[in-house]
Amino acid sequence: MSLLEIESLSLTIGDTPILRNIELSVAPGEVMGLVGESGSGKSITALTVMQLLPYAARTTGRVAFDGIDILAASEDQMCALRGDDIGMVFQEPMTALNPVKTIGEQVAEGIRWHTGASRADAEERARKMLDRVGLPAAQFPLSRYPHELSGGQRQRVVIAIACALKPKLLIADEPTTALDVVLQAQILDLLRDLVAENRMGLLLISHDLAVVTEMADRITILRHGEVMEAGDTARTLSEQLHPYTRQLAQASMHVPARARTHEVGQGQPLLRVDSVTRDYPGRRTSLFKRSAPTRAVDNVSFSMTSGQSVALVGRSGCGKSTLARMILALDGPTSGTIRFRGQEITGKSEADLKSARRDMQVVFQDPYGSFDPRQKVERLVAEPLHVLEKKPDGAERREMVANALHEVGLSPRDMDKYPHEFSGGQRQRLSIARAIITRPKLVVADEPVSALDVSIRAQILDLFAELNQKLGIAYLFITHDLIVARAISDEVMVMHDGRIVERGKTSEVLDHPQSEAARALVGAAPDLHRAIARRLREQG
Amino acid sequence: MPSVWTKQDSGPVTAMTAYLLKRLAIAFATLVLASMVVFAVLEIIPGDPARLMLGMNASADQVELLRNQMGLNAPLALRYLHWAGGLLSLDFGRSYTYSVPVIDLVRERVVVSLPLALIALALSTLIAIPVGLFSAGRHGRAGDTIAMGAAQLGVAVPNFWFALMLIYLFAVWLRLVPAGGFPGWGAGIWPALKALVLPAIALALPQAAILARVTRSALIEVLNEDYIRTARAKGLPYRAVLWRHALRNAMIPVLTILGLQFAFLLAGTIIIENVFYLPGLGRLVFQAITQRDLIVVESVVMLLVAAVIAVNLLVDLSYAVVDPRLRSRP
Repeated sequence: MSLLEIESLSLTIGDTPILRNIELSVAPGEVMGLVGESGSGKSITALTVMQLLPYAARTTGRVAFDGIDILAASEDQMCALRGDDIGMVFQEPMTALNPVKTIGEQVAEGIRWHTGASRADAEERARKMLDRVGLPAAQFPLSRYPHELSGGQRQRVVIAIACALKPKLLIADEPTTALDVVLQAQILDLLRDLVAENRMGLLLISHDLAVVTEMADRITILRHGEVMEAGDTARTLSEQLHPYTRQLAQASMHVPARARTHEVGQGQPLLRVDSVTRDYPGRRTSLFKRSAPTRAVDNVSFSMTSGQSVALVGRSGCGKSTLARMILALDGPTSGTIRFRGQEITGKSEADLKSARRDMQVVFQDPYGSFDPRQKVERLVAEPLHVLEKKPDGAERREMVANALHEVGLSPRDMDKYPHEFSGGQRQRLSIARAIITRPKLVVADEPVSALDVSIRAQILDLFAELNQKLGIAYLFITHDLIVARAISDEVMVMHDGRIVERGKTSEVLDHPQSEAARALVGAAPDLHRAIARRLREQG
Repeated sequence: MPSVWTKQDSGPVTAMTAYLLKRLAIAFATLVLASMVVFAVLEIIPGDPARLMLGMNASADQVELLRNQMGLNAPLALRYLHWAGGLLSLDFGRSYTYSVPVIDLVRERVVVSLPLALIALALSTLIAIPVGLFSAGRHGRAGDTIAMGAAQLGVAVPNFWFALMLIYLFAVWLRLVPAGGFPGWGAGIWPALKALVLPAIALALPQAAILARVTRSALIEVLNEDYIRTARAKGLPYRAVLWRHALRNAMIPVLTILGLQFAFLLAGTIIIENVFYLPGLGRLVFQAITQRDLIVVESVVMLLVAAVIAVNLLVDLSYAVVDPRLRSRP
């Protein structure tokens, strides 16, 4: 007997069909993985079960939860189910909690609402639940506010809210996508334990096949609002009968072909970082005193030669982005020096930095947030041209933009479009076009593919590899994703607590990590091959 | 809030003290700067107060004598310090035209203007926030459109015209309240309040219209936040989510506008007090300007400036009450 049963569910918003004939079921104590790329309808399916859809959505078909017809249920009935029998965990822990309420209030609120418990009773249960998800009272009293917690801790609070009343079904929509691999492994363990403890059904939504394979008993693969394939996880992914399943599996393990045609530069290093340290002022403890400053980057030294591709990996908060900002001369080190092409760039004025800026560019993580939505592509891609010695005139400028667009696989005609006319992957191509238009020697890329779907990610990784070969650009990739590091870099530097604790050839570091930090990262990284193999072994 | 104050580590409390002291210092600095500007502007404006007091027929010697008596011949900085020092001890000097201490004039008038401003402020908040909640809860539907249409009208209609309509309807036609004038608080609380009702409404309504629109848009923005979805996923009905989770988060922009509006409210009293013939500060300053009674103008303007700064200081402090993130900022 299934806990949740979805039969031929279709959903439209206005005239646009979003879901078509979705079939899906979750049994008590079962983990169902719902996989698909962005826009495939995963989240909308989840919101249908919660009945938290936008007003304009129209549904047909049948959704039954524990014998209740969800599509016909009244709002009052749904309020009684939500948070009590069905809990939900969302993707973005940084914004999922109300910033003006304490974590205790937020966990206890649902308990009080559904059980009518007194404040004291509800707070006691909230306390127990927070203990259960790994937020002990000593460090995390109920009076903490969300902004005092890290992303992983906040996600634990969200899970505590969702599981406080021991729901029969938990829906987790990309619960670990915003977290680094080590935190991801911890949160997944927690979810697994909660399923086992209470025979809770778990609908786990993710774009990450490896994560789902590690967690789910059965898997449903969505594309464009339709179920492509569904069945036992291990069998579905090992046999890969459906072409789309195969495509997804291959894309998530994609490694670009990189022939070593160009010479890695000899002699003078392109970038030289010498015992760089960056301190941030400590918290104010009294009117005139502050606690000891926080050391974000601690005595880091390394160098890169031209054409080299280096990955800087580490957990969130390890200092890798601070280091990148200093390399880009957006932030100054507290001590130490950074030399780019032999010239010191620390403590220089913007005018003196101009020539250095020309030779180093940046690609950011979020292809949605890094463009002004009201400017055309021509202007956006041409942005870095102001650092050139001689400003190109209109025709030259269009020519350069057209070239850059061509190089990243877009059409020169795209010049007159606005950013919203492009998909996420195309937008990341735009930001790469913007980065290479000045023909830089070094591109710093901060998590350049982690916001992208697996198949798009594969294409963008290919593009990075191709540009590295064709133009001889050196890359510094900042990432917590070891698959990306493996795919694109010659060397890996592992950063931990502000220090670089390990450096070496990519394959050596990832296959035989020496430092504890590197071992933790490698051990926690989900791996599709390993996960399938383990599942098959367990099932015999 | 109590949880923060009782917490073991002293972080947030001292951060709060630092925030408080910083705001206080900024408020004081603003006040000093404003006093300099007010003093300087009136110094530049042509027209000799001594000449004005004595009339056009007075001789140059007489004027010079009076100027010496009034201290008008002292160096500028000295006169400023004298004036500013007087302000601190509530000694505003003597009015040239009324020949009484300015403080007495102010004291007489402030008991009309202050209640008027406070009633108007309370009224506008009490109208605006429920309307904003109502509209945001029905975003895009008929109720929202009607409420916001009314608010648009409220913003567009000038308050003196609206005041005249109120007088026509409630005083002339329905004869519920007096059309103008103020009987004084000595005549009893009820008659005095009755005289303030229409002016307060006339002042409050345009303010309420603006505030309602701000409340609505702040709420709508907050309602799109992820934590609202989290709250709904807990099983709270929409209304509870609106009150418990959205409203407090939407308060920051609302408080900001409320603080800014207070200055407009005070400016509005000058017009409204004239329409309703109320003996308030607004009318005092209006008359003082036409009679070039500079010392009265200076004093009343400084008083209004101080009131606006005080209200905005309160707004700054209430941010910290609303938002815990401000309390613990280093």
